[in-house]
Amino acid sequence: MMSENNSTQPVIVADHLKKTFGSFTAVDDISLSVDKGICFGILGPNGAGKTSTIRMIYGFSPITSGDISVFGMDIKKQSREIKARIGVCQQDNTLDPDLTVTQNFEVFARYFNIDKKTAQERASVLLQYFAMEHRQNARATELSGGMVRRLVIARALINKPELIILDEPTTGLDPQSRHQLWERLEKLKKEGITILLTTHYMDEAARLCDDLVIMDHGKILAQGSPQALISEYTGENIIEVAEPEEEMRAFSRERKARQEDLGHRLIIYAENGHELYREICHRFSHKSCVLRSATLEDVFLKLTGRELRE
Amino acid sequence: MNLNISPRFIRIWQRNLTVYQENWKVNFMPPLLEPLFYLLAFGIGFSGMITSVSYAGCEIPYVQFIAPSLVAINMMNNSFFENTFGSFVRMYYQKTFDAMMATPLNADEIITGEIVWGATKSVIGTVIMLGVISCFGLVSFPMALLIVPVAFLGGIAFGSVAMVFTGMVSRIELFNLPVFLFITPMFLFSGTFFPISGLPLWAQYFAQTLPLTHLVNLTRALSLGVFNAEALIGFCYLTVFCLVVFPLAISKMRRRLIK
Repeated sequence: MMSENNSTQPVIVADHLKKTFGSFTAVDDISLSVDKGICFGILGPNGAGKTSTIRMIYGFSPITSGDISVFGMDIKKQSREIKARIGVCQQDNTLDPDLTVTQNFEVFARYFNIDKKTAQERASVLLQYFAMEHRQNARATELSGGMVRRLVIARALINKPELIILDEPTTGLDPQSRHQLWERLEKLKKEGITILLTTHYMDEAARLCDDLVIMDHGKILAQGSPQALISEYTGENIIEVAEPEEEMRAFSRERKARQEDLGHRLIIYAENGHELYREICHRFSHKSCVLRSATLEDVFLKLTGRELRE
Repeated sequence: MNLNISPRFIRIWQRNLTVYQENWKVNFMPPLLEPLFYLLAFGIGFSGMITSVSYAGCEIPYVQFIAPSLVAINMMNNSFFENTFGSFVRMYYQKTFDAMMATPLNADEIITGEIVWGATKSVIGTVIMLGVISCFGLVSFPMALLIVPVAFLGGIAFGSVAMVFTGMVSRIELFNLPVFLFITPMFLFSGTFFPISGLPLWAQYFAQTLPLTHLVNLTRALSLGVFNAEALIGFCYLTVFCLVVFPLAISKMRRRLIK
């Protein structure tokens, strides 16, 4: 009965959360709730407030105003108890370069008051899980970027966390490493671990996340599953026309298509784009007209705009 | 100020010990060789010029006068350099503290663990140096054994000062400033290589404000087997110094670590 109660209670609840640094507002009154056992994504361009948000959730940064509860506990009062039950993979490489791979596990486990024997057992399981047992005696500085990421994530699992928080886990990784990491994360999710991650890779979010928010300038712009967001904001298909002529534009306007005109490129959002696409090809014989499925990236760009950040 | 420190700070200390053990051969060298170099230079090189120094109304050989100074300087250097350059590298370049902050440890415990570790290095250095100089018959046991806990006290004092600087500097190069303006003058003018009474009166008063003066006084008295007023004043000064500077270090570092 107790467990049923727990399973319906969200793992994270953030309520009117705000974070300011001097006069700069990094997180501006956001609320979100993460259910148990799902993968929840926070998406946004650089400087959107993703890292500030999750840092407050894992008790690293004090909250300016608002409330966060994790596992039903208040982060302001019980951050130590909360931190004991989560695993965090920060954006920077925080492996201890003075130590070997195995020592990294042992030393990190001590921070959680885990005894040496248990730490060694768990470390060897985790190293195997992340295909790194052959490097257990290597120094942390000798590892490649992909291995460092894997090791940081593996180390974050040493306390058997119920929630893992990953800040841009695959930034800078090659496609092989990315895909391998995604598989591992999916496996962890299947084991019932809740995952909170930030990313600006839309393919990553689309593949991993059950629910996500898109943030910009400290605010949440949209929330939902990847598929729901796509059908809500862009529709099923996208027709891209390169170098459109005036007649093409007039045609599109006349059809009252949802569109975005980027000058050299016309983007038309369509629910069922096949017919429209055939018509455009037929009437304007465009070689550079493409029909494709809408992705989360289209939703993201539509919501956050196309101008460069920072 | 409300300090939030649980016994878990020992985990940070253990982490540094693990790294120290990795390189113990290199770490043992300086406190072993440094006193030998100094004693060689001053004991043989200077002995022709200065044979004895007057201390507490007695004439004592010059080597016996400077031997405890070397031990006190070593206490200062070990903790000061550990908690400036060492702690800064861990904080800024290696992100070790960031990783710790995502575990059940908090900022106060991280800073405490670092300072206690710096003081531990002072103690290790002191034990080795005492061993070396007692081979030359320059210390009076058993009272000299009290120098070991004094090393811990001195280590906390200088480690806390170091942490205040670590909480303030934006770049590692800026540590040259406190080294040049604080450590080097103390090294020379705290009654280390000549009695303070050899200084002009104003400088004598100034020297009395320096923590190393008191650490040297205390260490010298214990090494010569006397516990005099100077030693007692030194002990009180260092204790009060720690009680003031340690919380200051925590508050400066909190501002740095908690974003």
